[in-house]
Amino acid sequence: MTGRFRRLDETDRALVRLTVDGSEITALEGDTLMVAMLNSGLALRNAEFGPERRAGFCLMGACQDCWVRDTDGNALRACSTPVENGLAITTQPLTADWSVAP
Amino acid sequence: MSERVVIIGAGPAGVRAAEAVVRAGIRPVVIDEGSRSGGQIYRRQPEGFKRSYETLYGSEADRARAVHETFDALLPQIDYRPETLVWNVAEGRVWAARAGETEAIPYDRLIVCSGATDRLAPVPGWQLAGCYSLGGSQVALKAQACSIGGAVVFMGTGPLLYYVASQYVKAGANVVAVLDTSPFAGRVRALPKLAEQPDLLWQGVTLTFGLIRAGVTVLSGITPVEISGDPQSGISGVTVRTASGDVRQFDCDAVAMGWHLRPETQIADLARASFAFDPRTRQWLPEIDGDGRSSAPGLYLAGDGAKILGARSAEVTGELAALAALGDMGHAVDKDRRCYLMAQRARYVRFAEGLAEAFPWPHQFVADTADSTIVCRCEGVTAGTLRASVSEAFATETNRAKAFSRVGMGRCQGRYCGNASAEIVSALRGEAVERAGRLRGQAPVKPIPVGTARTDA
Repeated sequence: MTGRFRRLDETDRALVRLTVDGSEITALEGDTLMVAMLNSGLALRNAEFGPERRAGFCLMGACQDCWVRDTDGNALRACSTPVENGLAITTQPLTADWSVAP
Repeated sequence: MSERVVIIGAGPAGVRAAEAVVRAGIRPVVIDEGSRSGGQIYRRQPEGFKRSYETLYGSEADRARAVHETFDALLPQIDYRPETLVWNVAEGRVWAARAGETEAIPYDRLIVCSGATDRLAPVPGWQLAGCYSLGGSQVALKAQACSIGGAVVFMGTGPLLYYVASQYVKAGANVVAVLDTSPFAGRVRALPKLAEQPDLLWQGVTLTFGLIRAGVTVLSGITPVEISGDPQSGISGVTVRTASGDVRQFDCDAVAMGWHLRPETQIADLARASFAFDPRTRQWLPEIDGDGRSSAPGLYLAGDGAKILGARSAEVTGELAALAALGDMGHAVDKDRRCYLMAQRARYVRFAEGLAEAFPWPHQFVADTADSTIVCRCEGVTAGTLRASVSEAFATETNRAKAFSRVGMGRCQGRYCGNASAEIVSALRGEAVERAGRLRGQAPVKPIPVGTARTDA
């Protein structure tokens, strides 16, 4: 699967394996989570307020567009989180049941 | 007298401030959000990456290396807190958070070197995946050796537009076009002021010719029309109107966008600095004297976080602010050194004035943003909704408009919509943009986990 980003240099690094929505992807040691995900996919998450997918914006921790979650529910800012072997990411927003109890 | 000095930021301003404070025999606390010092322009690549300083920083390689080496040599003499977010300043304390814990650090002198982010104008479709801030596109290359896409358009204005596009070409990326909203004539008019930094002026000229030689379409005086694409797959093209009125479309999968920079002033705001409107850049800036003293006692501001003067100037203003803080604590200050730094600063100010004339913020284009265009990327709020906060709910300035429309209330806390909101609100009310005010800084200035525990009390 082709990704959004293109690697131009520094490709001689150890491989790191993680999963995104259950599928395994490989990344390189020293990648941010954002670079890892966008070298094998087109987006990081769904927008909460629109139909579009989101893929980050500022890459410097200012816009907060790139938050994803690991499968334990921890929020991770993808542009400033280094990848680690075994990370398990979900791009789906947390869902909550707001219905009133009967 | 107590001499607790806290420096926020480890970019060029923070590094030079720390150096001056250490030289006076004081051990400052240096708090930085980054995992490695350097800030954004001199951002370091991760450990283990192999590209040279020349590859990463080009003509600024020696400056970047000097800033990094200075900071590394200071490490034994400072209390360095990397990966730490300052999220509030209140009652003489800096609130710093790291890994789920927060601490309130008391200070006698606080030197804020908070840096800048890109100034953005809303363009139809900029919410699509593949649109990045110009600075962000540079971070992808510098810190991660990646291009933001397979075919990249650079759109906006300012020297960074040409600089980053050239870095992309040099690194082997496919750059489709550089589309500048500023008319070429403005650059010619600004030449006398730009000549204050002849090497930077020459660099701008050679970069532009280098881009053209590399087959990149370079256009001045364009008006953005649309970033087109698909909600699922993201960007597929950019459409602009050229200076001569033709409509041109460029196929691409990524757009890097920025209209020069805006200072990160939230911390200065929370520390109670007063602000004044700067008509040249149409932004509210914290008020400082020539040394960097703000209106708040013990608070000093330096670098692009105070006023956009660039990385070279940040080294000068960082040292100046530290000398001011030291002098105010009763330390002897080298008057000749201060005079030299003040003269340097004056030249950078004049150069920055030239840049503001050469690459103006396209305020009329922003004021004319179509009702259907998204102004707030975070929450998908349109210009029409923002305008309704004025026309139907009678907001008179941006903070009220934010309360009604949520423009400025989302994830980025107004960093990327605040300038546009002020232009749209003031234009609709038929008032000068300064009358729309500025979005007030709110703590926490960036998100921290709800469960963050205080460790010092």
